[in-house]
Amino acid sequence: MAEYKRPSSLMPMATGYCPGCMHALATRLVADVIDELQQADNAINVVSVGCSALNLYSWKGDVIGSAHGRAPAVATGIKRCLPDRLVFTYQGDGDLAAIGLAEIMSAANRGENFTVIFANNQTYGMTGGQMAPTTLIGQKTTTTRFGRDAQTTGYPLKMCELISVLEAPVFVARYALNSVKGVQDAKKGIKKAFEMQMAGKGFTFIELLTNCPTNWGMNPLDTLEYMNTNTIPYFKPGIYKDKEAEA
Amino acid sequence: MEKRFMKGCEAIAEAAVRGGGRFFAGYPITPQNEIPEYLSWRLPEVGGAFVQGESEVASINMVYGAAATGKRALTSSSGPGISLKAEGISYLASAQLPAVIVNISRGGPGLGSIQPAQSDYLQATKALGHGGFRAMVFAPATLQEAVDLTYNAWDYAERYRNPVMILMDGCLGAIMEEVELPEMKEPTFENTEEWCLARVGGRTDSHMITPILPEPALELLNKGKAMQYKMWEMLDTKVEEFMLEDAEHVVVAYGIAARVAKEAILRLREEGYKVGMVRPITLYPFPKASLDNLDYSLVKGVIDIEMTIPAQMREDIELQVKGRCPVHEYGRSGGMLLDDEGVYDAIAEIVKGGE
Ligand SMILES: Cc1ncc(C[n+]2csc(CCOP(=O)(O)OP(=O)(O)O)c2C)c(N)n1
Ligand code: SF4
Ligand SMILES: [Mg+2]
Repeated sequence: MAEYKRPSSLMPMATGYCPGCMHALATRLVADVIDELQQADNAINVVSVGCSALNLYSWKGDVIGSAHGRAPAVATGIKRCLPDRLVFTYQGDGDLAAIGLAEIMSAANRGENFTVIFANNQTYGMTGGQMAPTTLIGQKTTTTRFGRDAQTTGYPLKMCELISVLEAPVFVARYALNSVKGVQDAKKGIKKAFEMQMAGKGFTFIELLTNCPTNWGMNPLDTLEYMNTNTIPYFKPGIYKDKEAEA
Repeated sequence: MEKRFMKGCEAIAEAAVRGGGRFFAGYPITPQNEIPEYLSWRLPEVGGAFVQGESEVASINMVYGAAATGKRALTSSSGPGISLKAEGISYLASAQLPAVIVNISRGGPGLGSIQPAQSDYLQATKALGHGGFRAMVFAPATLQEAVDLTYNAWDYAERYRNPVMILMDGCLGAIMEEVELPEMKEPTFENTEEWCLARVGGRTDSHMITPILPEPALELLNKGKAMQYKMWEMLDTKVEEFMLEDAEHVVVAYGIAARVAKEAILRLREEGYKVGMVRPITLYPFPKASLDNLDYSLVKGVIDIEMTIPAQMREDIELQVKGRCPVHEYGRSGGMLLDDEGVYDAIAEIVKGGE
């Protein structure tokens, strides 16, 4: 039977995330894969601004905080100088798909050889639940009190779809963390992305559909079903691009 | 030492490489394009990396990432581009990462003008970004000085783990002069283990680089920085004092303005007028003592000459003159250049005013 233990990249402390928050699960998945690949001493975690910034304090390995939206630029600087290190960014949806849109698209388009872990919880968690570029139509947030209206705010941004039309990225996939199967698939996807990076293949992008029980105003269990009926039908999980499989 | 006839921007770029610069990220903007153009082929020659960023915002953050690996990293820009880098420069100061930022300044505000101007003194010396931090600002007046200051810039940046700015206007960026190029300096990774991401320079444990701190730690960081700024003032102030011994009028000017003013001063000296000059080489720390210690029983007036309107250095000058004599100012702005006649006339009018 497999042993269940704390990944070596995590500090022996509570994460700081709200109870039931999937940021904790996502962080753990990344740390588990790093252990499996024996990369704990070689990985560099480029943390973004958002609830993910809490990673700064619970991550035991090399970690660097970056400005809101700029993690892909920071990772570019790091990876160009230390090409042998396993470099990844961990970014929220406000960070990546709003303020950091130029940085993520440009890093993806340059084919930078690092991995992006994108935690899409359809809200600005850290600042108290405002509308994110990924907020679903009709979803209530503190800046869309009557639900997101496409007339004035447009539609939720589909990052996997956008990035997969670029030429350079080698692996682009979306997973939902609200089921055991989703979690297992996500772990496989993260592992594949890291392996491709270590083989020098190029830019890899993993979107994880996550929750924000606090700002969704829901108990954590209810978020699982909410994701099945609302999030997943719009943000369809799947592999959007896999250059290895194409080859 | 190798002598070469070089353009200002290219001389800075080569000096950066010889000073150990191994990473550059930047975005095109006139009048500094020759710096990224030069480094795009030169850095790969020495095993360095060049990235043309998607914006100045991205570029300064690439520099932040590169600096965290212990590589000597730089960016360059002008006017609007420097404004866009402000957040990133503040992050460098907060995370205590060394980097060199070159500003080849142009007319402002706004998109302004692509012609040369000294329009960014206040931004450079008072607030390169939010949060109340300072950075050393070097302002060369000749290309040789630009080469020497750039060559040594990382030594300061690394010693104090803080960004450093080279501020030079578009005139100096575009002119050609003979320069002596120093030998290649290989970065030693000395002390880098204290601040780099791990396993650089022999370090074996991991490391956190953070631009956010718990409040008591942040206050401590700021107290440390405040002490450091005092130290810079004592140890690192650079200034040229020109013909001050008997001066009855003292010009204060930096960079290109100081070169033009020097010609006017020499002309007035020939006519028998006792004019001297204080030329700040470090704009921050400002050479306070050079102005504070003037013999005000002799000095009848101080004249601030800058290629910007209104003069931006004036408050720093007045703080040292302390009302002991009048402070005058003359400048051109918006990309209109200072010329020999205009500067001579402005100084002469004040100097000969009593006649
Ligand atoms: C330049 C800048 N603008 C705004 C902020 C404020 N801010 C902090 S976190 C955040 C939103 C984060 O949302 P997201 O990226 O979705 O992460 P989450 O907290 O949901 O995981 C914002 C707007 C900031 N730190 N910096
Ligand atoms: S606010 Fe939302 S995203 Fe942030 S830790 Fe709490 S549940 Fe998670
Ligand atoms: Mg979010």
